[in-house]
Amino acid sequence: MIGASRQEGMMQRLLVGRMFQGRLVPDSMRTEAGGRIDRARDLRFRFDGVDYLGCEGDTLASALLANGIHLVGRSFKYHRPRGILSAGAEEPNALVTLRRDGGRTTPNLRATQIELYEGLEATSQNRWPSLSTDFGALASLAAPLLPAGFFYKTMLGPRGWKLWHRLFEPLLRRGAGLGHAPTQPDPDRYARYHDHCDVLIVGAGPAGLAAALAAGREGQRVILCDEQAEPGGTLLTEIRALVDGIPAREFLARSLAELSAMPNVRVMPRTTAFGLYPHNHAGLAERVTDHLAAPGQDLPRERLWQIRAARVVLATGAIERPLLFPNNDRPGVMLAGAARDYLLRYGVKVGNHVVIATACDSAYLTALDLAAAGVEVKVVLDLRSSAEGPLPEAVRKAGIPILTGGRVLGTHLRRLRLDSVLLGRADGRTRWFDCDALLVSNGHTPTAHLAAHARAPMHWNDTWGAFLPGSIEGVASIGACAGATTLAEALAQGAALFAAVPPPVEAELPIAPAPGTLQGAETGCVFVDLQNDVTAQDIRMAVGEGFRSVEHVKRYTAGGLGTDQGKTGNMALFALTAAASGLAPAQVGTTTFRPPYTPVTFGTLAGPARGDLFDPVRTTPLHDKAVAEAAVFEDVGPWKRARYFPRKGETMHEAVAREVAATRATAGMFDASTLGKIEVMGPDAAEFLNRLYVNALTGLKPGSCRYAVMLSEAGFVMDDGIVARLAENHFHVTTTTGGAARVLHHMEDYRQTEWPDLRVWLTSTTEHWAVIALQGPKAREILIPLCEADISALPHMAVRDLTIAGAPARLMRVSFTGELGFEVNVPARHAPPLWDALRARLAAIGGTLYGTEAMHVMRAEKGYIIIGQETDGTVTPGDLGLPEGRAKPDFVGKRSLTRPDMLLPDRRQLVGLLTENPAVMLEEGAQLVTEASPPPGTPALGHVTSAYHSPALGRSIALALLAGGRTRLGQRLFVAGPRGGIAVTVAPPVFLDPEGARLHG
Amino acid sequence: MLIIRCPYCEANRPEPEFRHAGAAHIVRPLDPSATTDAEWAEFLYHRDNPRGTVAERWRHIHGCGRFFNALRDTVSDRILSTYPAGQGRPE
Ligand SMILES: [Zn+2]
Repeated sequence: MIGASRQEGMMQRLLVGRMFQGRLVPDSMRTEAGGRIDRARDLRFRFDGVDYLGCEGDTLASALLANGIHLVGRSFKYHRPRGILSAGAEEPNALVTLRRDGGRTTPNLRATQIELYEGLEATSQNRWPSLSTDFGALASLAAPLLPAGFFYKTMLGPRGWKLWHRLFEPLLRRGAGLGHAPTQPDPDRYARYHDHCDVLIVGAGPAGLAAALAAGREGQRVILCDEQAEPGGTLLTEIRALVDGIPAREFLARSLAELSAMPNVRVMPRTTAFGLYPHNHAGLAERVTDHLAAPGQDLPRERLWQIRAARVVLATGAIERPLLFPNNDRPGVMLAGAARDYLLRYGVKVGNHVVIATACDSAYLTALDLAAAGVEVKVVLDLRSSAEGPLPEAVRKAGIPILTGGRVLGTHLRRLRLDSVLLGRADGRTRWFDCDALLVSNGHTPTAHLAAHARAPMHWNDTWGAFLPGSIEGVASIGACAGATTLAEALAQGAALFAAVPPPVEAELPIAPAPGTLQGAETGCVFVDLQNDVTAQDIRMAVGEGFRSVEHVKRYTAGGLGTDQGKTGNMALFALTAAASGLAPAQVGTTTFRPPYTPVTFGTLAGPARGDLFDPVRTTPLHDKAVAEAAVFEDVGPWKRARYFPRKGETMHEAVAREVAATRATAGMFDASTLGKIEVMGPDAAEFLNRLYVNALTGLKPGSCRYAVMLSEAGFVMDDGIVARLAENHFHVTTTTGGAARVLHHMEDYRQTEWPDLRVWLTSTTEHWAVIALQGPKAREILIPLCEADISALPHMAVRDLTIAGAPARLMRVSFTGELGFEVNVPARHAPPLWDALRARLAAIGGTLYGTEAMHVMRAEKGYIIIGQETDGTVTPGDLGLPEGRAKPDFVGKRSLTRPDMLLPDRRQLVGLLTENPAVMLEEGAQLVTEASPPPGTPALGHVTSAYHSPALGRSIALALLAGGRTRLGQRLFVAGPRGGIAVTVAPPVFLDPEGARLHG
Repeated sequence: MLIIRCPYCEANRPEPEFRHAGAAHIVRPLDPSATTDAEWAEFLYHRDNPRGTVAERWRHIHGCGRFFNALRDTVSDRILSTYPAGQGRPE
């Protein structure tokens, strides 16, 4: 039956082939039977513009190999031709770009993990113009010019920098790099989930399955995830052993059926646990639609799962290591285990005539299974001195010669594919073997990444030649990743976690772990890290140049820094570092494992947080009013604030000049609702505030306001605002727009932890009060008719509760413009109608709306500071020319103001700057110096903090922090700029109405 | 993301509900003006950075809003205990 359907498939393929323009090669390397693919379902796919056929169940890698294709990419640095090395997540070479409709392209995907679908379109990377003809390959001729540390060495000194920028960087940028980022917006949807469980099991191989069965039967809530499309791990290729009396693969099917019937267990295939974070918090990326030819609109492309598990069980298996020998990177060189995976899972022969070279028993299984499938296994070269035990015996019995104690001396390439290997025997004789694949094994490295993320200790193990994870509370490692060597052991460890009895195992051909060897790495072009083109010689050179820590060797050589994070190469990197340093591997240690285990797309991490949902937006109750007035908005933290209100054809500069002029001539109206507001109440409220602000507040009369400055305990200005005393025990305090949360936190800190005896309560009222500022000589005239109380005699810095246009209001006479001004606080819901009423009065009187830009200009003309602009966390009130509270008892920050550093005469003080050319605007942040063109290295005397065009003065103005500034008034200095120094004169920081006549008017 | 037990709410809650607030058990001098510059600098700036157990302040800012102390292992990130502000450091 299988044969018949196979023939049908072939016929169909040939028919399909005629329908194609391109060349269509039947998948000639497919076996007649076997594998876990669906041979009746052909899938067409395209690689580098050529059409091929594969089967349902293939990966892109297995489908390419079925078509006899090993060459899939060029290497990163030297552009050497590279083939498929592995069959899993560890793949360093076979990175491709996938294209779909609608601008969907994804670079740097591992062909070994891409499930084939109808119409899949993939291209290779790192080649130009094509994979077979690649000009970048000339880079390999220049290999001696690109040694380890090339980048660091080149960039040393100014001459190196110049060379780097002019010569090397453009060259390398063209040649190197992995795939290209997509240029279109991502059209897909990504979802974000949170979940909890009793047990999270990572890896659905035998150990993970046994644990899931045991925990599930106990009734625990279990999540079992596996990065592959098909759960099962090594059970998928276990064709000999019987588990619980039935063939292993039947046991797998039975177990999965049992798990899926349990309501308390969720099995998640295609789900990579990419990170394990503190307190058993795991990040999982589930690929939902990538394997579908036509993903439905109803599904997200990927889901990010954040899972909190009471217990985490890591059953992540082990990764085979390649051998080290000259030219070990050629297409056709493959891990022995991968060749077996391709045969048993995908029905693909990776070659017809193969040589196997190994330092581990596992490759003997590959020899047996390939030979059984009709592949000619020419020889098994065992680098170890002897090959005994059931596996080598079985291989000898199958008629395959075994050479012990030899090594691989080289490989030969023909038409970009391996065509022969040079083997050396123990007795020194050498011989070339023709072959189309060389299958290698150098032992296995337990996959300890997630355990390391969770900070489990790593212990060197001589038998494995690798680090094994220790256990930590709440995180257990089981199976091969914890050093289990047999199927029986893996099942037993999984069951034992939940005190269950493991199923019995019979007829297993056990594989002993192997420490691996560095033999063959002594001379020649021996690649350790295939993705980043790091050779054994690079590592020896790094150690020779004095690098001792593996962390440094890693950074210097870039070994393990690729997207594969050195999954196949790191152990060799450590071992070579150890050997070159004359140390034991345990002494050298391992580099840090960092999430993600495999790359995670930005889409998965971003989830729905994009576009409008990227960042929360805060708007004031008057936002719609500003929109209706065609305001241009700016972002201030999360707030949208009206920056200016341009009339038709006006530039920002023109609009701001008009708004400032009109405000100072008649009146301006401004939405100040973003100000932070805190209600402070209680018998000790005055005492509490007095201890938190520089300014004296205990004596503040009810009905009065005071400008107040808040310091950090270190004496630096952290915020400012108005403290309004409404009643004996009741204050309304404002903060800066950005400082609201910080100030409340600061207040709560002292209230709760330093002065818990004070009877005072704090409530944030930022969202409850809308604030409309009315500023200008006619502000009072606008307000009076709307107020239900007489405010004509309300003095500057007074506060009253009264009704304005029907709204219960808290009216403050305060100014941030230097003009007579008011701030009307009303509950948010009353703000829009009040705005309309005031707006009508404003228009009648010839006033204007103004935005934050005009507000900034007007306050700068008056020398009023803005926190975060004139302050940067190093500025004291004295530096700003503000009161320092010397007469007051202790308050937060007071003691710090008399520390020696705070008393230095050359502290930077707030001054004004006037450019000699009044038309020139200074750059905020620009440095102040004494000479027009100071020599390099001249320290700055200070910097420009604010710079505007002042409509009132008809010229540019600036504020600055200047060393000993108040002693330099009248001095001529320079502001450094890209076109030389700009001459300025130091002036007092108040440019307009220093007597305050307008304010009190 | 840590799981932190608020000693007032008596509940385990995820880290985003909390805000870290620096080292615990730093006593603000009752009369700062009586301290020497060196003593004041010690109070302001000098903090231990141990490998191992550290006592630190947290605030359940998106919960009860209160400050409390926690003992945390800086190597494993395990939180060994949490206790109200003002209470002495547990053994
Ligand atoms: Zn709480």
